[in-house]
Amino acid sequence: MLSSPFITRPLTVDRIMLRVLYALLPGITLYVWYFGPAILVSIALAVTAALATEALMLKLRDRPVRPFLADYSALLTGVLIALSIPPLAPWWLPVVGTAFAIAVAKHLYGGLGSNPFNPAMIGYAVLIISFPQEMTQWLSPQGMGHSVLTYGDQLRYVFSGVLPVGMQLDALTMSTPLDTMKTQLHLGMPMSDIRDLPIYGRLAGKGSEMVAAGFALGGIYLLIARIIPWQLPLAFLGTLFALSGIFNLIDPAHYAPPLFHWFSGAAMIGAFFILTDPITSPTTAKGRIAFGIGAGLLTFLIRAYGGFPDGVAFATILMNMCVPLIDAWTQPRIFGKKKGSER
Amino acid sequence: MITALWIMIALAALLGMILGYASIRFRVEGNPLAEKIDAVLPQTQCGQCGYPGCKPYAEAIAKGEADINLCPPGGEEGIHKLAELLGVEFKPFGENAQPKPKAVAFIDEQTCIGCTLCIQACPVDAISGAAKQMHTIIAAECTGCELCVPPCPVDCISMVPIEEQLTNWKWRYPVFKLRQTS
Amino acid sequence: MTRLHSFHGGIHPLTHKKESTQSPIISAPLPAQLIVPFRQHAGDAAKPVVQVGERVLKGQLIGEPVGMISSSIHAPTSGTITAIELQQIAHPSALPDLCATLVPDGLDEWGVRQPLNYRQLSSDELQKHLRRCGIVGLGGAAFPSDMKLSHPVVVDTLVINGAECEPYITCDDMLMRERAEGIVRGIEILRHALGTDSVLIGIEDNKPQAIAAMQRAVDDSSHPFKVVTVPTLYPGGSAKHLIKVLTGVEVPSGKLPTDVGVQCFNVATAYAAHRAVEHGEPLVSRVVTVTGNVEQPRNYEALIGTPFSDLVALSVAKPDTNRYIMGGPMMGVELPAVNVPLVKASNCVIAASDALFPPPPAPMPCIRCTRCAQVCPVELQPQDLFWFAQSHNFGKAQEFDLFDCIECGACAYVCPSSIPLVQYYRYAKSEIRARDLEKRAADLARERHEFRQFRIEREKQEKAERLAQKERAAAEAKAAAATVIATPVDPTADADDTQQMRIDAALARAKEQAAAATPKNTEALTPEQRAEIEAIEARRAHIHELAADAGADDEPPKHSQGN
Repeated sequence: MLSSPFITRPLTVDRIMLRVLYALLPGITLYVWYFGPAILVSIALAVTAALATEALMLKLRDRPVRPFLADYSALLTGVLIALSIPPLAPWWLPVVGTAFAIAVAKHLYGGLGSNPFNPAMIGYAVLIISFPQEMTQWLSPQGMGHSVLTYGDQLRYVFSGVLPVGMQLDALTMSTPLDTMKTQLHLGMPMSDIRDLPIYGRLAGKGSEMVAAGFALGGIYLLIARIIPWQLPLAFLGTLFALSGIFNLIDPAHYAPPLFHWFSGAAMIGAFFILTDPITSPTTAKGRIAFGIGAGLLTFLIRAYGGFPDGVAFATILMNMCVPLIDAWTQPRIFGKKKGSER
Repeated sequence: MITALWIMIALAALLGMILGYASIRFRVEGNPLAEKIDAVLPQTQCGQCGYPGCKPYAEAIAKGEADINLCPPGGEEGIHKLAELLGVEFKPFGENAQPKPKAVAFIDEQTCIGCTLCIQACPVDAISGAAKQMHTIIAAECTGCELCVPPCPVDCISMVPIEEQLTNWKWRYPVFKLRQTS
Repeated sequence: MTRLHSFHGGIHPLTHKKESTQSPIISAPLPAQLIVPFRQHAGDAAKPVVQVGERVLKGQLIGEPVGMISSSIHAPTSGTITAIELQQIAHPSALPDLCATLVPDGLDEWGVRQPLNYRQLSSDELQKHLRRCGIVGLGGAAFPSDMKLSHPVVVDTLVINGAECEPYITCDDMLMRERAEGIVRGIEILRHALGTDSVLIGIEDNKPQAIAAMQRAVDDSSHPFKVVTVPTLYPGGSAKHLIKVLTGVEVPSGKLPTDVGVQCFNVATAYAAHRAVEHGEPLVSRVVTVTGNVEQPRNYEALIGTPFSDLVALSVAKPDTNRYIMGGPMMGVELPAVNVPLVKASNCVIAASDALFPPPPAPMPCIRCTRCAQVCPVELQPQDLFWFAQSHNFGKAQEFDLFDCIECGACAYVCPSSIPLVQYYRYAKSEIRARDLEKRAADLARERHEFRQFRIEREKQEKAERLAQKERAAAEAKAAAATVIATPVDPTADADDTQQMRIDAALARAKEQAAAATPKNTEALTPEQRAEIEAIEARRAHIHELAADAGADDEPPKHSQGN
């Protein structure tokens, strides 16, 4: 006999995931607007790979396929990986990254709900370590390259690596704003001069700052709809802001201002869409604040001193490891028990 | 070099002394392992393990003489507990030692001749009665060991399985079948 | 205006209370037969005190309380007891329990009713009276009310629970609307029994008519009770949470409200106390909501023991009804059959269909989204408890305060993975309880077994003692005979005879010592056991001494040193 309660709220896992996907739309729209439609191809490739791998793994693990495919979690992983790799990347890049993320980072650790690490970030980390060359060919935003590839050109390049006659890949791509800054700082160029480079816009990278703003907009929707807890993005962005602010005040020639950090790289998508993955983040309010602070600190350190241009992915993975400990240390008081009383 | 060596020797000596002192100061009387094992055993005192009671079995396990899968009343869970306590692998029950549903002995009072043989067999004094008087089981104290069954010359003792009642009913582990839409 | 407090979490399910509050409470007609269970309250079942075939009057005691936490059971109407046997009752196990079947004679003839003046009664006498009248908590837990009045500590606030936070249930709402005066009189009786001054009546703000009626009744009575409107929030009607909202006091985990000077009664219980004391009527009927998938949802005043099927028939269940729930949709129990009887704890029966309560989708894995933790009114971490219960890790579940869970179902209500969390907690709780009992039984068995071993050892020893004594007696007799022979002889006359005598005496002594030494297995015994043995030995020695004094004077003194 079934136990009470007999009524439930209709907000199910698939609906939650679907809302998260909706929240990515403004960012994706702006992405297409500034960088062309190649990203849509990447997303389609990654999503196909994600669903195929998910179905295969579920079959291998002898689990029902349909309910799990219908929960959109694999789909979301695919989209997040596609968004974190260059849109002009060869077709196998998103496919390999997503397949690895779903097969290894998700299913080998027990599938939905059991994976300790964020699958999308593991996929990204594997790609950037294995294929650094391909992972740094970012498209220039519209109006900056010498010409814009047509949809067909982009599609042909993704699948065959052939560019239209007379075009050079170098002319179409650039390194990311964070990467450029790191390289130029290394070469001794002061921050003020770097910011005058043509790839930079008002806050951060031209175009990419708007995409980041689009993700932030979606994130704010998720906060208002109470799909994600507020502690994580607030603690993460707050820490990143505070640290970069302090360093920028002390040494403005070598440290980028806080808003540059906010709107560069994966800060916004990380704050609202990656750190907030419930499976790989703490379950207590205090734990989430600690998690956000830790991720913000690590992101800043990696960006300022590390070998990689962006640090969100590695910060996320490192903090994922601390989750059980954070949870154990931040268990809240229960009704009718004094704070800190013996469990 | 020599100094380091001396330091190591001194350290070893010191730690050895501390250990030696601790072993005298904190010596535990009796065999704590056997006690711990005994605490896990179900105390039916049935002797199905081949030892004359739970304590002797516990002592045999502690000495490494007995296996952990000899106690059917403890169930598979009992083996799991023993395995965990001793840090060894789980071992399934053998062919001739399978757990049975929990039961208590019942004396058919019409047939009982009052021979007291069952009273002598009961390991927990859960049978009351006297010579030439009818005997009866104190159900609350019966462990279901079945030791009283063979001695009875008139076969008036039977094992009655404990039925599920409102007072001992348990919520089941949730199992889900897809609901039929009929 | 009382300052209100809040508690963590809670949910706002659709209340569905309008449907059943459109028409007044009506009396359900006398059913063809009543099935009255002897266990309708928390604690031990009542003991039948009537015979099959006996004619009983309405309100006559048919089951008397057994043990401390128990209550009385009465005949709900006049008629004949036709059976006392196991019958199916409203319990999730679908297991039967002892019930009396009563076939009404249609006269509904009351037995003796003795109205009392509560002002002349002490708290003790009131308690006894409520126990005699079978008054138990009518909010759903059915805890004997007399137990809640036996207070070793001072109670300074009496909280009256009119929150009725569960969806669909409206019996308290309707009772407050229609019988506010009786409720207020009942509250005054309970207040008198507790000796408190402050009385707070908490009612959720979705019951404005009940609030108004209660306020009017309180004003008319000129008692200084406070009717307090509390926000509608499930599970705000949980006693501990209502106390928190009204007084700001948190009842400590594992403690009772009385430990913080508060006691809490349901409005219907107060009304029942009023009927019991001022009309002398034992609890034989209650107001019950019949709602859900029925044509005429409403409240009935029904006799205890009325089959639910009779009530559902009065409200006409719609054809697609496929199950029935006793209680609300959040904490209720699915009825094993619709003909099980109404009991004191039955506040509501909901006809359910798959359209009304869609069967939950297959559970998905927990994604640790913590929506459950956000709504848990006890501030537990339901996702962790689920994890432990699922993996049978009961120790850990207990460590994470599983037993503070009130099973309100808020966590399962919001779970996006449709995990039946409450069932996992109930499973874990009943397993832990069963294990506790098993452990206690094992400890008892160990103790009894060890005592038996000791007893066998002692009996063996006593046997050996007896044997030794016999031998000793034989030796003494021999020695005495020798003395008799020896006495007249001049000691110097025959040296050889004396020599022989000495040898015999020495042999006897040695034999005796050996016999005394062998059976003593006292080395491995505990001090208590040794003391006990010593006491026995001392008694025995004393008997020896007496025997020696009465008998031969030449008994060697060492014989009395039995040990």
